[in-house]
Amino acid sequence: MNNEIVIKTDKLTKKFGDFIAANELTFEIYRGEIFGFLGANGAGKTTAMKMLIGISKPSSGDANIAGFDVYKDTENIKRSIGYMSQKFSLYEDLTVKENITLFGGIYGLNDDEIETKCNELLEKLNLQNDANKLVGSLPLGWKQKLAFSTAIFHTPKIVFLDEPTGGVDPITRRQFWDMIYEAAHNGITVFVTTHYMDEAEYCDRVSIMVDGVIKALDSPAELKKQFNAKSMDDVFLMLARSAKRGD
Amino acid sequence: MNTIELKNIVKTYSAKKNKIAAVDDVSFSVKEGELFGLIGPDGAGKSSIFRILTTLLLADRGSASVMELDVVKDYKEIRKIVGYMPGRFSLYQDLTVEENLEFFATIFNTTIQANYNLIEDIYVQLEPFKNRRAGKLSGGMKQKLALSCALIHKPKVLFLDEPTTGVDPVSRTEFWEMLKRLKEQGISILVSTPYMDEAKLCDRIALIQNGKILEIDTPHNIVNRFANNLYAVRSENMYELLTDLRSFPKTKSCFAFGDKHHLVLNDDNFDLNELKTYLQNQTNLEIKKIEPGIEDCFMSLIAKSNTTPEKLPA
Repeated sequence: MNNEIVIKTDKLTKKFGDFIAANELTFEIYRGEIFGFLGANGAGKTTAMKMLIGISKPSSGDANIAGFDVYKDTENIKRSIGYMSQKFSLYEDLTVKENITLFGGIYGLNDDEIETKCNELLEKLNLQNDANKLVGSLPLGWKQKLAFSTAIFHTPKIVFLDEPTGGVDPITRRQFWDMIYEAAHNGITVFVTTHYMDEAEYCDRVSIMVDGVIKALDSPAELKKQFNAKSMDDVFLMLARSAKRGD
Repeated sequence: MNTIELKNIVKTYSAKKNKIAAVDDVSFSVKEGELFGLIGPDGAGKSSIFRILTTLLLADRGSASVMELDVVKDYKEIRKIVGYMPGRFSLYQDLTVEENLEFFATIFNTTIQANYNLIEDIYVQLEPFKNRRAGKLSGGMKQKLALSCALIHKPKVLFLDEPTTGVDPVSRTEFWEMLKRLKEQGISILVSTPYMDEAKLCDRIALIQNGKILEIDTPHNIVNRFANNLYAVRSENMYELLTDLRSFPKTKSCFAFGDKHHLVLNDDNFDLNELKTYLQNQTNLEIKKIEPGIEDCFMSLIAKSNTTPEKLPA
């Protein structure tokens, strides 16, 4: 982790009519940082994330993602980031290799690059013999690991992960975090949401959103000190219990 | 009397040429008034077991009963006395909150008023939104409405398939408080969850992976059976520490657990100073012997069983 800022927002706001889904979000995230973006259901996380990845126009405020403006340069933003969520990750009806090739192509890699990197990836995941299997036939844990690898296939500056470990077994969940650590170690900034509070502890810094506002932002150790809490679970419950709205 | 009884239940699905055993010779029973948890990840077979018990799916082999009624022969009777909340939201999205509840009361030949006391403390939170369509509710509210609808005919047994998946920690805590109150009213509950921290809130649990039950007991007994000494280790640089601990020759397993790493060694009569010497490059090193949790037990059982989480279908 270093001091190069890759995400910078200033009073970033999204309104739907009178409803302020995300209210004046201001924060900076550094290169190679693992940033946990926490909040109860309905706190405004998804809305905020959509603005950051360039698919939802803010109502007001500014944000700069990987050097690009969220109002003007959304196409460049999309090229500089990777994204994966539990809900949508890969095409089940395509094979492992077809998925990798498809996403490589979308992100603008040429055929040679795709071929070389694809083989490297298959070897790393120990999936050489499964390259021609349909993704739909893989166990969930494998799908999630492959989805993550595909999301960082083009070495983006930032990867956005929306509840990436939901439903997977505890060992696979740790293996997934090993991959996150490795990506961060290689300079990719990781922006991650999760409902597992033990995973909040693995982040360099976390923010906790309540009713559209960022109520706390610091390292897990500092937050626990600040709220005089034993665990991040306690910190989260203290803040989120005050929430007035559902999603 | 056992409220729920499964004996050697097998359910296989055919996918192309492969046959996958979703439920592989599963037997367990739930006692009257018990809150029983089925704990395991996606694909473990939890939902198939729920669907067999609620008479929505036929097993290939084995037998199962609910309140001593057979799931095949007596399916009509069973349907009258159980409440079922499936994993996927399955209420009528185009009906309002109140209309959904009234609909479920009516098909069970009862009224909202008749059993209102059972759902009261859940439904009061929904009442301000009673004219809102179910499809427009928040995740937490949908979950409360689904539970109300599953309860409105005063079932003897409640089946809740992953009621808290994708739900934030605050709503999860509230939901488990509701379950405790329902249990106090004498309703037997079978609940499934992928969250290991919810296991300790159950009277008894079955840990399940790849269609097989790894262990059944009270959370307390399962934790007591954990065979090895367990250490919590932390230092300034947790990523480096994890790599170091894993390469330590006497390490059996090491996994990140929140702000600490949990370490199991091959040898229980081991001198900790040896480890401390090995880790001397770490700053602010802390090593503490700790009691295991359900998640530690589950991970050690997965590692022990042949059903590794990494197994790919042949």
